[in-house]
Amino acid sequence: MSRRHLYLLCAFLAICGLTFFLYKALVLKFPLQPEKQIATWRVEVRMQFEARGEPVKLKMNLPHSGNNLVIIDQNFVSAGYGLTTGIDRGNQVAVFAIRAASGPQTVYYRVLIHALRSADDLSREPVPDLPSTRLEGAERLAAERMMASARMQSADPETLAALLLKRLKSPAPSAEAALLLGPQPTSARVINVAVDLLRLGGIPARPVHGLTLEPERRGAHFITWLELHNGRNWVPRFPSEARPVVPEKTLRWWQGRTPLAEVVGGEELSHSVAVSRSYEYALATAIKQGQKLEQKLVEFSLFGLPIQTQSVYRSVLVIPIGILLLVILRNVVGLKTFGTFMPVLIAISFRQTELLWGAIFFAVIVAVGLSIRFYMEQLKLLLVPRLAAVVIVVVLTLAALTIFSHKLGFERGLSIGLFPIIILTMTIERMSIVWEERGPLESLQQALGSLAVGALCYLLMSLAIVEHLTFVFPELLLLVLAAILLLGRYSGYRLTELRRFRELAR
Amino acid sequence: MKGLIAVARALRANGVMGINERNAEFNLIHNERSRFPLVDDKLLTKELASKAGVAVPQLYGVIEIQHEVPELASLLSARQDFVVKPARGSQGDGILVVTGRSGNHYRLADGGLMDQPALEFHVSNILSGVFSLGGQTDRAMIEYRVNFDPVFEKITFRGVPDVRIIVFLGVPVMAMVRLPTRAAKGKANLHQGAIGSGVDISTGRTMTAVRGDQVVSEHPDTGNPVRDVQVPRWDTLLEIAARSFELTGLGYLGVDIVLDRDLGPMILELNARPGLNIQIANRAGLRPRLDAVLANRDRLRAIDERLEFAKERFGAQDPS
Repeated sequence: MSRRHLYLLCAFLAICGLTFFLYKALVLKFPLQPEKQIATWRVEVRMQFEARGEPVKLKMNLPHSGNNLVIIDQNFVSAGYGLTTGIDRGNQVAVFAIRAASGPQTVYYRVLIHALRSADDLSREPVPDLPSTRLEGAERLAAERMMASARMQSADPETLAALLLKRLKSPAPSAEAALLLGPQPTSARVINVAVDLLRLGGIPARPVHGLTLEPERRGAHFITWLELHNGRNWVPRFPSEARPVVPEKTLRWWQGRTPLAEVVGGEELSHSVAVSRSYEYALATAIKQGQKLEQKLVEFSLFGLPIQTQSVYRSVLVIPIGILLLVILRNVVGLKTFGTFMPVLIAISFRQTELLWGAIFFAVIVAVGLSIRFYMEQLKLLLVPRLAAVVIVVVLTLAALTIFSHKLGFERGLSIGLFPIIILTMTIERMSIVWEERGPLESLQQALGSLAVGALCYLLMSLAIVEHLTFVFPELLLLVLAAILLLGRYSGYRLTELRRFRELAR
Repeated sequence: MKGLIAVARALRANGVMGINERNAEFNLIHNERSRFPLVDDKLLTKELASKAGVAVPQLYGVIEIQHEVPELASLLSARQDFVVKPARGSQGDGILVVTGRSGNHYRLADGGLMDQPALEFHVSNILSGVFSLGGQTDRAMIEYRVNFDPVFEKITFRGVPDVRIIVFLGVPVMAMVRLPTRAAKGKANLHQGAIGSGVDISTGRTMTAVRGDQVVSEHPDTGNPVRDVQVPRWDTLLEIAARSFELTGLGYLGVDIVLDRDLGPMILELNARPGLNIQIANRAGLRPRLDAVLANRDRLRAIDERLEFAKERFGAQDPS
């Protein structure tokens, strides 16, 4: 009776898990293999200004997704400011406002960008009504002369723009160009003049500002380029600079002649930009497919969570796999370990330190703790204070190991603070009891057994495919649950028993 | 791998029971969890057994809280020999057998000496749960040290030999004598290196013996053969064992009985999860005997019927 109940329950769980899994894998085309790692960029803009003690309004342009760069997450940090976002002159803007502020003010904007093949295409944006050129008098005359000669030597808007840029950037500019540019022109000024010239010739054009994403770049600068409409779509035209611009690595931020940010009620506005890069597994296709097909399913999946939380769940969701292995090793193989789930906890901390160093740290901490524990045996302390004393020794050993490995320039050691301190303490206590009651051999055997099981769990949990499958298809854990329930009624021999009872097999 | 499967098949054919099978098919089904405390706490077991008129070693005193530890000296002043035990100890851990005094020291069964502070520390450790299942706080009990029957003298190294009988639904199904060795520090615990020798249920004579997982024929410390020793008053032992089913309500039970020279058989402790090495000691699997009891459970009501059934069915197959 109870058996059938159990089998039905397990079958139900397995069918649920498999159905979800197959639907996601076959219909939604969630990938079964981890995709190759893709770049994640973090850009941080810091804006500082002096407030004058009156209402302050800071308007800041925000970046666009595009050029295969997709904005995944953005956040604003400002003490006491109200925040609104909206659209202004074709740009996404954020407005920070406060009734009264004085003294130096700092506002942060952080954005997280994935390099993906993205669908939204800015180049198909409709042509807005652009204001006609503002050129007057001598400037207008010079501009018309430049346009006339350039138009003669070009075939279409794109070659026209290229020629204009070339002439404006020329080290020995013509008299007309010199007049339009003024003394010592910046490259932004060159672009603005080119935009004016193109508009004069009836070609829609606009200056665009963006950021080249380069690894670990503090003090990054915005660059300006030109976009013109060739009758079908918008095309970018980069001024030929010393460093060539790679469009795939350039984040389009805002368009028009406005600066990045403007402040009312403050002065000396300055900004600095930092860019950093990391690699993460991404599920480009799945997210894209998901958005098209089953918005809801994706929204309620782990992909709807903020990126930080996602990375937490990447580690949490592999724990059941480690637990399954532990159950098998204990109940089917018959290994003995200290504490029921201690090896899995050890395995989780190995994810930070990696196997070899994790094992070394584990051995050092247990050895130090055990020798202190044996020393304290002489002091005849009661159990709880004795355990507490060992906890403190373990914590100090962890700190000492971290400092030591940091001094050696060895970064792995910095993560051992995540070792399960209490579990280690209980392990030390149990080891010392077993040591005294059953002898050092059995004690060391059990400790090594626990470590080996932990290492096996770690190796399984750290497989990229395991992490990928549990994160993308958490419903597979229902299968793991079913397997563990079935193991709960496993009444066959343990592998170690075959050895133990081998005399009786004759 | 093929070898392992062959071994597993042979074990299955011989009815050898593994831990998983014991837990899943017998412990979880025939032993109600609410009754576990009766056997996990040796003080409760003792109380229960005395009420039912079954002999147990006399209780000299109980230390329940740390505050009472200093009273230990006066409590023990009249005693030459005694045993200190954690009430909820597991696998024989934390048991201290004092055989006499030597000046200010206690003489231990394993030949060592212990002074008063060390004994008090040991009791403190017992109270804080160092030796108990799951580490709950515990009580320390001090009781009569059994003067074991000389029948086992030749095959015992110090300590107290005892008889372990597995009782299923009130029917004794398998038995063994556990003989302390030097390696076990005078404790009758197979986990710690004591010898287990199978006992023929129908006659009460010892058969083959096992130490660890190895079959042995002589006691390693005394060199005397372990085989063919008659356990005295065997019928009484069987009866005590069979009655423990009614005592505790636990269907699958290990009963540990000691034979005192003067006081006869006494229940030492009961175990709801008795070890499986008894199968090696008897060179026989438990499963066929348990199945036989299950098949006949309806007619095995009265204690006489159960004992008769056991003697008839579970005697040594090999008459040699």
